Amino acid sequence: MTGGHDSAKGKLEAQGVTLRYDARTIAENLSVVIPDGSFTVIVGPNACGKSTLLRALSRLLVPSAGQVILDGKAIAGYPSKQVARTVGLLPQTSIAPDGITVADLVSRGRYPHQSFFRQWSQEDEVAVASAMAATQTTELSNRPVDELSGGQRQRVWVAMVLAQQTPILLLDEPTTFLDIAHQIELLNLCQDLNAAGRTIVAVLHDLNHACRYATNIIAMKDGTVIAEGPPAAIMTEKLVEDVFGLRCMIIEDPVSGTPLIVPKSGK
Amino acid sequence: MTGAYHDHSRARGNRPAAPATNTGPIDFGRRVAVLRLLGGRLSLRFDLRSLVTGVILLLSTAMIGAVSLASGKFPIPLADVFRALHGTAGDNIRMVVVEWRLPRLLLAFLLGAALGLSGAIFQSLTRNPLGSPDIIGFSAGTYTGALAVLLIFSGGYYETAAGALAGGIITAAAVYLLAYHGGAQSFRLIVVGIGISALLGALNAWMIRQADLQVAMSAAIWGAGSLNGLAFEQVWPVLLMLALIVPCLLILARPMRQLELGDDAAMSSGIHANRLRLMLMICGVALTAIVTAAAGPIAFVSLAAPQIARRVTRLAGVALIPSALVGGLLLTTADWAAQHAFGVQLPVGVMTVSIGGLYFLWLLLREARQ
Ligand SMILES: Nc1ncnc2c1ncn2[C@@H]1O[C@H](COP(=O)(O)OP(=O)(O)OP(=O)(O)O)[C@@H](O)[C@H]1O
Ligand SMILES: [Mg+2]
Repeated sequence: MTGGHDSAKGKLEAQGVTLRYDARTIAENLSVVIPDGSFTVIVGPNACGKSTLLRALSRLLVPSAGQVILDGKAIAGYPSKQVARTVGLLPQTSIAPDGITVADLVSRGRYPHQSFFRQWSQEDEVAVASAMAATQTTELSNRPVDELSGGQRQRVWVAMVLAQQTPILLLDEPTTFLDIAHQIELLNLCQDLNAAGRTIVAVLHDLNHACRYATNIIAMKDGTVIAEGPPAAIMTEKLVEDVFGLRCMIIEDPVSGTPLIVPKSGK
Repeated sequence: MTGAYHDHSRARGNRPAAPATNTGPIDFGRRVAVLRLLGGRLSLRFDLRSLVTGVILLLSTAMIGAVSLASGKFPIPLADVFRALHGTAGDNIRMVVVEWRLPRLLLAFLLGAALGLSGAIFQSLTRNPLGSPDIIGFSAGTYTGALAVLLIFSGGYYETAAGALAGGIITAAAVYLLAYHGGAQSFRLIVVGIGISALLGALNAWMIRQADLQVAMSAAIWGAGSLNGLAFEQVWPVLLMLALIVPCLLILARPMRQLELGDDAAMSSGIHANRLRLMLMICGVALTAIVTAAAGPIAFVSLAAPQIARRVTRLAGVALIPSALVGGLLLTTADWAAQHAFGVQLPVGVMTVSIGGLYFLWLLLREARQ
């Protein structure tokens, strides 16, 4: 095993990674453990490196120092399709080819399970059907993706990554474009998936959602982790001020009993 | 740790918690047929419309082919054409049909298919209908390479093809390097490519002017893109090269489709995006080089075929096989028209330039309006 982190057992972790785009360094010597079976939510201001961290955790970005560990082994050492069967990523932006229908797009999530000879197995069909049912996109299945509303489209992209059926799911702002009901719907779905044994890592901008759903929060700023732990333990007025520069009051959420962040007006 | 504070009960009831039950066939919005054999070890999903379209394209090509085998200075009745192909016709007819006209027809189809494939590859890579090798300078580059070999070393088919390939790859690398600016955006690539294409056009003209008259004449005629005077000697190398490249492409077709979802989505489904792009580019340039070496640069088939294929199959993105079939049909038709429609034999390149030019103009106007 790769020692160093005794606090939590991580299936997926970044060990002292330096992340950069060309000459621009986004994070230096960053270490993050995603506890196995957790619902981890990453929060932090815009451009602090949340998406960049997710890209590193899913091997899209190769760290220029340090390494990402998956199941006790450097992620770089795995065959890429095996990584894709273990870690699924919903990128912040994706492109739908012109005229592609919903079911066709969701089916593309099955790519890592397919091969030249196995292009559409029974399992593929079941996975796609249940991913669409879970995201309530079944009724949309025959519609061209470019004709959907932003929120419908977002649910289709989520369906695509669900169809990938990976034990670890990395979701970059999965609730953008969604109305409040669909946001809660999607977070509930994530919670169900988490309860069924999947590890979920989501970037969320809504701190109240983060506190309500996360079992573990990672608060980031300028490429470093400021705090990490269960919401009730780490979410303090000071942390919100440190990370976001926002003065606020924290009360108990009357519904869930989790921390509820109420911004104070003015500066 | 946590867990106590979630109020699940409310929302759970109306949500399909574990919808793994088979809900019947998935509605893809198009008719599909699924084939599963050998206990699931082989499984395929066919798109019926593409399949039917493919058959229609092949039948149309066969019809044009039959007509073009029949027509010419010695018109031959269709029945005799078929007899000649069966080997049951007289020697004269057999010679005209099989030895004079058939190789040209085969080449028109094969080269058209190669152009369609190459166009589909680059349009998929650039995600832009303008991103085809004849627009972004790769065709011009293959022509420069081929011209250099022809004028300086007076090489044969394989040398010319190698020169064309080298010219194409160098051009592709140059276009990518110049257009690369923290990720090659397709629009930059196209604009840079059009510029390089114009430069190479001038270079090509200059090279022809430097050569001695006879070589220059034949290079210029060849440079218009023509299938005149091609025989079976030219068919075999083309077939051989296609036999090498097409199987690679069939394997690369699925990852290529996945790459159309964007680099992040493609990479997170297990694709090495840069490696794949490089392999696809080499295949695409090689396909263009095959055509340039055999018949000179034939413009606009690469540009038009994938888009026509997209419209008739109504598939998402660009598809390789339909693009190849449309390319084959386009070039056989254009070559027949170039030979017979105007009383004089025109190079087929002139034909494709004039029809394709109109299409290009329409496409540019449409893109500009967006
Ligand atoms: N492809 C790229 N090339 C160069 N720089 C990039 C690239 N992607 C992101 N960056 C830069 O890296 C920094 C971190 O970006 P990142 O996308 O990780 O932020 P984020 O925390 O996800 O922000 P947001 O909340 O706005 O999504 C930003 O300054 C951004 O400009
Ligand atoms: Mg982001």
